[in-house]
Amino acid sequence: MLQLAFYAFAALTLIGAFAVLVTRNVLYAAFFLLLALLGTAGLFVLASADFLAIAQIMIYVGGVLVLVIFGVMLTHKPDSPIDMSNQQPNRIPSSNRRGVGSSWIVGTLVAGSLFAALFIVLVRANFRLLSQPVGWKSAVNTIGMQLMTEYVVPFETVAILLLAALVGATYLASPLAKPTRHATR
Amino acid sequence: MQPVDSFLFLLVGAALFCIGLTVVVLKRHAIVVLMGIELMLNAVNINLVAFSQYDPDRIQGQMLALFVIIVAAAESAVALAILIQVYRHFRTAQLDELTELNR
Repeated sequence: MLQLAFYAFAALTLIGAFAVLVTRNVLYAAFFLLLALLGTAGLFVLASADFLAIAQIMIYVGGVLVLVIFGVMLTHKPDSPIDMSNQQPNRIPSSNRRGVGSSWIVGTLVAGSLFAALFIVLVRANFRLLSQPVGWKSAVNTIGMQLMTEYVVPFETVAILLLAALVGATYLASPLAKPTRHATR
Repeated sequence: MQPVDSFLFLLVGAALFCIGLTVVVLKRHAIVVLMGIELMLNAVNINLVAFSQYDPDRIQGQMLALFVIIVAAAESAVALAILIQVYRHFRTAQLDELTELNR
């Protein structure tokens, strides 16, 4: 049963991520990212990280994804309703490119070889930790204790970082911060 | 009911990281590149949580994953703000067309 749930959530995550890769529409990519994030939350629950799963859903799905969808809508070109050219493969490996198809090949080759290397390492690695028994235990109490004792300084630091980043993002996105040729501020 | 093998978590994390890397390398739209970065961060979080199962007293992996989530939220907010400003200036969000800093 647990295995079945794991495979379902893993398939949800990977299929969502792969659909982000292959879709040509930016808004569809955002919705497939939603699938991938929900699957990741399910995987967190199966790995006894229930608090982290809820945080994942609240922060990513409720915050970041809404922000991304707003970004999609704000950077949409109104004069071209269906701009199919915006999802062509990237042309970053441009030194030896021959046509459009070769850039797909280069990118897929890089990621595929990285996955092959990681897979070989994971299969060969003999983690002694992974042979220990593990039980499911709610992590909410422990996270609360840890946040107030061992991780209190990183907690406060990240709070200040988040505040500064959000204030800075609000200022950057406002029309007052219009980029000018000569900076007057 | 035996728990899931942690090796599978690591495998899913590796696959998700590689898919995210492919998205970052291949896609041309800046927002989709941001989504690829989020996928890669999620893959890292899966790895951290999978190893954190064996540390139920201090759960350092889960704490690090929590901070990763918070910093990723801040990062995406700032990145989208910059992107909106770039779009206002250049009227495009395609990374290949952004070849100059000032125009």
